[in-house]
Amino acid sequence: MNTLHQLIEKAGRHQRLEKDEALRLYREADFMTLAHLANQRRFFLHPEPVVTYVVDRNINYTNICVSGCRFCAFFEPPGKGKGYVISRQALHEKIRETLDLGGTQILLQGGMNPDLTLDYYTDLLRDIKQHFDIHIHGFSPPEIDFMAKTSGLSIAETIAILKESGLSSIPGGGAEILCDEIRQQVSPNKCLSSEWLEVMRQAHLQGMRSSATMMFGHLEEDVHIFEHMDKIRSLQDETKGFTAFIPWTFQPDNTKIAVKKKTGAEYLRVLAMSRIFLDNVDNIQASWVTQGDKIAQTALFFGANDLGSTMIEENVVASAGVDFMLPREELVRLIQTAGFEPRQRDCYYHLL
Amino acid sequence: MHISFMDERLEAIYSKVLKNSRLSKEDGIIIYETHDLIGLGRIANHVRRSLHGNQAFYIYNEHLNYTNICKNRCRFCAYAKDRGEDAAYVFSIEDIEKRLVMHLSEPITEMHVVGGLNEALGFDYYIDLLKTIRKIRPRVTIKAFTCVEIDYLSNLAGLSLEETIARLKDAGLAMMPGGGAEVLNSRIQKALFPRKIGHERWFEIVKAVHKAGIKTNATMLYGHIETIEERVDHLISLREVQDETHGFSAFVPLAFHSKNTELSHLPPTTAMDDLKNVAAARLMLDNFEHIKAYWVMIGESLAQIALNFGADDLDGTIMEERITHTAGATSAKGLTRTQMKDLIFAAGFQPVERDSFYNPVHRMGS
Repeated sequence: MNTLHQLIEKAGRHQRLEKDEALRLYREADFMTLAHLANQRRFFLHPEPVVTYVVDRNINYTNICVSGCRFCAFFEPPGKGKGYVISRQALHEKIRETLDLGGTQILLQGGMNPDLTLDYYTDLLRDIKQHFDIHIHGFSPPEIDFMAKTSGLSIAETIAILKESGLSSIPGGGAEILCDEIRQQVSPNKCLSSEWLEVMRQAHLQGMRSSATMMFGHLEEDVHIFEHMDKIRSLQDETKGFTAFIPWTFQPDNTKIAVKKKTGAEYLRVLAMSRIFLDNVDNIQASWVTQGDKIAQTALFFGANDLGSTMIEENVVASAGVDFMLPREELVRLIQTAGFEPRQRDCYYHLL
Repeated sequence: MHISFMDERLEAIYSKVLKNSRLSKEDGIIIYETHDLIGLGRIANHVRRSLHGNQAFYIYNEHLNYTNICKNRCRFCAYAKDRGEDAAYVFSIEDIEKRLVMHLSEPITEMHVVGGLNEALGFDYYIDLLKTIRKIRPRVTIKAFTCVEIDYLSNLAGLSLEETIARLKDAGLAMMPGGGAEVLNSRIQKALFPRKIGHERWFEIVKAVHKAGIKTNATMLYGHIETIEERVDHLISLREVQDETHGFSAFVPLAFHSKNTELSHLPPTTAMDDLKNVAAARLMLDNFEHIKAYWVMIGESLAQIALNFGADDLDGTIMEERITHTAGATSAKGLTRTQMKDLIFAAGFQPVERDSFYNPVHRMGS
C-alpha cells in the first residue's frame, strides 16, 4: 500500500485511484490538500474559468409514492387523501412560465404511484412535446424500474417507449447510496443498486444521457461512499453516458432518520473526492439547494464546475426544512465574484 | 511544505511567509485580488497551523446590548433607533439584573456588552451596569464597550480618557471588543459614519486602553463601499498599533449586512470575500495571535470552512444576537456548546473552550 504522500502524488498526476486508496485519501488527507487536488483536476479538465448553470424547473407530477423512503419528507402514501397528481392545466402553466424565464428544460419527477400506468407517462410526455419545445429530463431510475415492473415490460422496452414518447434524458436521482445493505434500510421499496445501474446502462445504450447523484450523511459508512462512486465509475467506463455527478447531503428534518446533519466541511470533502475519484465524469455539480449559497460558491474551488439549476421550483428538499432560494442573477453573481465566467448550458453541458 | 499555486504571484508571498518576513501593502492587494482561493487558503492555513496546530477555540459567552438608542445613526447600521421610535429600547439596571439572574444557569465565562450612544443615560449608569454584572456574575469576564463608547463616556463624564478608563476598569471592565473601527479611513468615515469618531481618535483611545492594561479585539467591517487598498491600509495600521502596544487579542473581520440600512441596495458578501478576509487578516496581521471567524455574520457553515483559511476561533455561543440579525443575518441567534464543538470537530479540528484570554476552560464531564 502506498503512503498517504504517495497517494497525494498519484492523484496529483491524475492517475486513477483504487477504491481503498480513495478511502484512505478521504480519511487522512488534510482538507486543503483535497481542495487543491480537486481544484487542480477541475482546471486540468476544464482549463477555461467557466462555471455553468441550467435554467429549469422541477415539476413533481405526483407526490403519491409507495417507496416509503425514510429520508423523504415529500411523499404521501396512496389512499390518504393528501396526495396529488398534477393537472394538465397546472403542468402547462408551469412549463410556459419556465420558457418565459429563459428555461430550456424541465426536470420531471414524481413518486412511485400505483394508480398510474405506463400510458399515463407516455401521454404526459406526448402532451408536453405536442404543446412545447422543451427538453424533458425526467424519471429517475426508481420510477422507470417501477413502470417496468408494473407494466410487465423489460427495462429496455420501457425506456424505448418513454424515449419514443418524448423523454430526452434521465436524472440521476434515487441513487441514494448504491449499496443494498444501506439502501434497503433507508428506502426499503426502491429498486436495488443493480437495478438502478441497469436502468442507466440501458438508457445509455439507447443513446440517452443521464446524470448520477449520491445522497450521503444518513446511515452509510465512509466505505459505502466509495463503493457508490466506484459503481458509477465502472458503468461510465462502459457507457460514457453520465454527464455529471451530483453529491448532496441528506436533510434530516421532517424525516424518519435521526442523524446529525452533515456540515459544510464534510460536504466539501466528499465533493472534492468525487472530482478526484471520478476521473471519467466531466462535470461535478455543486448543490446550493442543500448547502446554501456560501458553501456552493466555495464548492467551485473544491472540484465543482457547475452550479446546477436555477430551480424555478423545488419542493422535495424544501419539505425537509431547507429553503434556500437563489434567483438567476444571484447565481450569476456568485459565479462572477468567485472569478469565473457564468454560462447557461443545456442538459448536455453545451454552452448556450 | 511545498505548495503549487495557480496564481504565481502567491509564490513570492509564500516564500516571505516561510521566512517570517512581513508582508507589504502590495502583497496585501495581491491577496485580495487573487482568484486562487485554495492557494491563498493554504498559505494562511500554514500560518494558522504553525501558531495553533489543530486547535480551534470557542467561548461560552452571552451578548448584552443595553440600548439601541444611538445619536450616531451610522448609515450602515440597522440596529440603532432614535429616542421615541417604535422599536427603541433601553434596559434599566433592574432589567439587566433580571436578565442576568434569568440566565444564571448558563455557565458562561464572558459577557459581551455593547450599546448605542444614548443621551438619556448618565455616566453612573455605565458604572452601575458593570458593577451589577460583577455582582451577579463575579467570575465572568466583562468584555464591554467599543472605543466609540469610551470616547462618548469620557465626554459624558467630563473626565480624561485615562481617568474614564480607570473608573470603568475599577467597576469591572476587564476587556474590550473590537467594534466601532469599521474601516479606519476618513473617506469612509465621511460617507458612512460622519458622527462617529474617526480613525485618529480611535487609535488614540485604543492605545490608551491598551496602556491601561486592558486587552481589546480589533475588527474591520467589509463589504460596503471600501476599496481593496483601504482594507489593506486598515490592516496595516492595526499591525502598527499592535507593534507598539501588543494589546490586541484577536482580529475579527465583520461581513456587512445591508438589510434595513441606508445601504440596502448592496448585495451580501460572498464566501469568496469572507474567506479572503480571513486569510488576508491571518497573513497581514503577523503580530496578532488570533483570527476569528464570526459565525453570526458569515454563517455557521462558512465559519467552519474558515478554520482552514486562517481562522482559529469561532467566537462564542452568544445566546441572543441582536445587531446583525436586525440587518438580515440568516444565521442562528445563538449556538449551544455542543453545536460549536460539533462544527469544529466535523471540520477536523480539536475544539478548545477558552476564556476571554484564551486560557482553556476545563469543565466537569466535558
